[in-house]
Amino acid sequence: MDLSFTEDELAFRNEIKTFFQAAVPADTREKLIAGMHPSKDDVARWTRILAEKGWSVPHWPVEYGGTGWSPVKQYIFTEEMSQTPAPAPLAFGVNMVGPVIYTFGNDVQKKRFLPRIVTLEDWWCQGFSEPGSGSDLASLKTRAVRDGDHYLVNGQKTWTTLAQCADWIFCLVRTDPTAKKQRGISFLLIDMKSPGITVRPIQMIDGGHEVNEVFFDDVRVPAENLVGEENRGWDYAKFLLGNERFHIACVGVSKERIRRIKNLASRVRFGGERLSDQADFREKVTAVEIRLKALEITQLRVLTNESKRQKDTQDPASSILKIKGAEIQQATSELLMDVVGPYALPYQSEEDFDRRNEPPIGPDWAATIAPAYFNTRKVSIYGGSDEIQKNIIAKAILGL
Amino acid sequence: MDFDLSGEQRLLKDSVERLMLDSYGFEDRRKYQAEARGFSEAMWARYAELGLLALPFFDEHGGFGGGAVETMIVMEAFGRALILEPYFATVVLAGGILRHGASRAQKAELIPAVADGHMKLAFAYAEPQSRYDLFDVQAQAKKDGDGWMLNGTKGLVLHGAAADKVIVSARTAGTSRDKGGIGLFLVDGNAQGVRRRGYPTQDGLRAAEITLENVHVEAADVIGDPTGAFPVIARVADEAAAASCAEAVGCFAEMQATTLDYLKTRKQFGTTIGSFQVLQHRAVDMFIELEQSRSMAMYAAMMAGENDATERARAISAAKAQIGQSAKAIGRQSIQLHGGIGMTMEYRIGHYFKRITMIDTLFGDADHHLRQLAVLGGLIREELE
Repeated sequence: MDLSFTEDELAFRNEIKTFFQAAVPADTREKLIAGMHPSKDDVARWTRILAEKGWSVPHWPVEYGGTGWSPVKQYIFTEEMSQTPAPAPLAFGVNMVGPVIYTFGNDVQKKRFLPRIVTLEDWWCQGFSEPGSGSDLASLKTRAVRDGDHYLVNGQKTWTTLAQCADWIFCLVRTDPTAKKQRGISFLLIDMKSPGITVRPIQMIDGGHEVNEVFFDDVRVPAENLVGEENRGWDYAKFLLGNERFHIACVGVSKERIRRIKNLASRVRFGGERLSDQADFREKVTAVEIRLKALEITQLRVLTNESKRQKDTQDPASSILKIKGAEIQQATSELLMDVVGPYALPYQSEEDFDRRNEPPIGPDWAATIAPAYFNTRKVSIYGGSDEIQKNIIAKAILGL
Repeated sequence: MDFDLSGEQRLLKDSVERLMLDSYGFEDRRKYQAEARGFSEAMWARYAELGLLALPFFDEHGGFGGGAVETMIVMEAFGRALILEPYFATVVLAGGILRHGASRAQKAELIPAVADGHMKLAFAYAEPQSRYDLFDVQAQAKKDGDGWMLNGTKGLVLHGAAADKVIVSARTAGTSRDKGGIGLFLVDGNAQGVRRRGYPTQDGLRAAEITLENVHVEAADVIGDPTGAFPVIARVADEAAAASCAEAVGCFAEMQATTLDYLKTRKQFGTTIGSFQVLQHRAVDMFIELEQSRSMAMYAAMMAGENDATERARAISAAKAQIGQSAKAIGRQSIQLHGGIGMTMEYRIGHYFKRITMIDTLFGDADHHLRQLAVLGGLIREELE
């Protein structure tokens, strides 16, 4: 047992770090440090820079564009990237539909879709949740009826993140309404330009437009866009949801946030003293850092155990990473609220930043903090809520 | 980065776990506790046979050459069995002082005797006023001919009454909270002027309050620099804290398993209580605490050998804070999920609860270490503009 990085891993980290420092476009980096959202163009530009280096999908098998790095190196890569900070690659492509296609898709699908994910020529979104199917995802009702060499799709998806940017959506659809609910579901790839698709924005409590409703009205989808076998979609969905081990805990993101918190707290004075010098504030930050260190090591334990597991199964321990990762992200968003104090109040939308001619209201770093706090409530809800993750651990690990 | 145990480490783990399984059931423990000194001399001899008492020492003294990971393996197994013997006091604490502070001659004399089970040691570092400050030493050591004369009171000396020899921290210079001016002295347990008041601890172990009245110590029994022993004490305390984290994790694992078993067998309202979601989620909370604690105990073991004292202190404080906080969470849940039976002396869970509660008070509780780490600037470095 040796918990320190090897010489080789340390050299790798230096190489990665140097590359990120030089390669992340300055305007993108500034935006991220300020807590703003990267635009579609920012993400696309960054993905292409990575793709050119051969690093846009490091965790994929080498034959589809992966790097063959060990799990530890992949971890170092992801964590260094989020600490730079650089935009996260589009998870719906590289972490979700990509692995489903190369694991369960046919050769035609692999050739057609995978290269376009590697370079982000196709922007993917996820069509899982429905108005009546949240945590009980398997109760979904969107119907796909076989009609010759097509499926006819009718129904509604919701919480579809960045559907407004998307070229494609991967959907869970009901193909056999008579089967037990998990058994009648299929995994379908749908072109967002198909006639009959309507995207309607949902405004979230932070004021931003991140998610959408997507309506399907007699949408014709070629049968060749079915992934794997008909009515086996639930298996692929479970694979997809449990397949986020490298990213789900967001350790690097939280480290970057904690540095930001410490930095800002050193600029804030309160009661004649820097906030960063106040013992109770320091202890609050330290308590989060300890939880984050425990999470980081737990994540590395799960990752290094990876090679001992069957390829297409998930480690239910990744549910721990989801729960603790969400808890810590929320804790950092709360600490930032502590730092900003009363100047959390003015509402200044991100869109206004580019247009305005006047200086910002309050400290120039204050505007994004309250919206981020509001927005971060989502992390314990999406991707299987905390409660669902606990159900998974109770059943799969504890045998309850 | 590698979380796997080596072949030798796996062998060690298997052998100590097998010994615990064969000889340290809950009923066995009860019998050992009723023995004269509150633990089993026979088990002590078994530890010696297995080489466990020689674990952290180098070959030249008949040792096994094990590091913090080996100690972690053994302490976790001991935690699961809730052992009563003075392993922590003799091998981890006093043994640590010998390894880091003793002269070649002292090592050659003492380590083989510890390793073969003939000598038990204790380390008297605390005093009634010192709380968690290892440098808060008021016991005095004054020059007495070639040797030294000790006076003062040492408190909470783990297994202090059973020890053949006690290593005592005492002040040779400076004022009561100076880090300089502290020495370490090897005192025979029955030396003239030593009064030991032994007592049982909350968790069923033994400790002693020791008063020293004009106790003469030969120059040969001074361990290391008589005015500069604090770095050795701090280092041993960090190693011991890491070892106690591993012991706590062993306790947590047993508490988690015992509670889970109870949830699966106890029936109320016509069904096993583990079928209720509110209890399932509590069981999951316990499991998560266990795994997070295990991660931090590994971190502590890895960092226990770090030579940079500040870096080591950061890591140990982080681990101790995590383990202390988890001890409260796991302790609370495990008793609550058992209900009334968890409150009884005849059932095992309460004994674990008491042990982990006392481990938290050893070398600084969760609040103390959170404060210490906050003063050191936390784990993630500030990048001030």
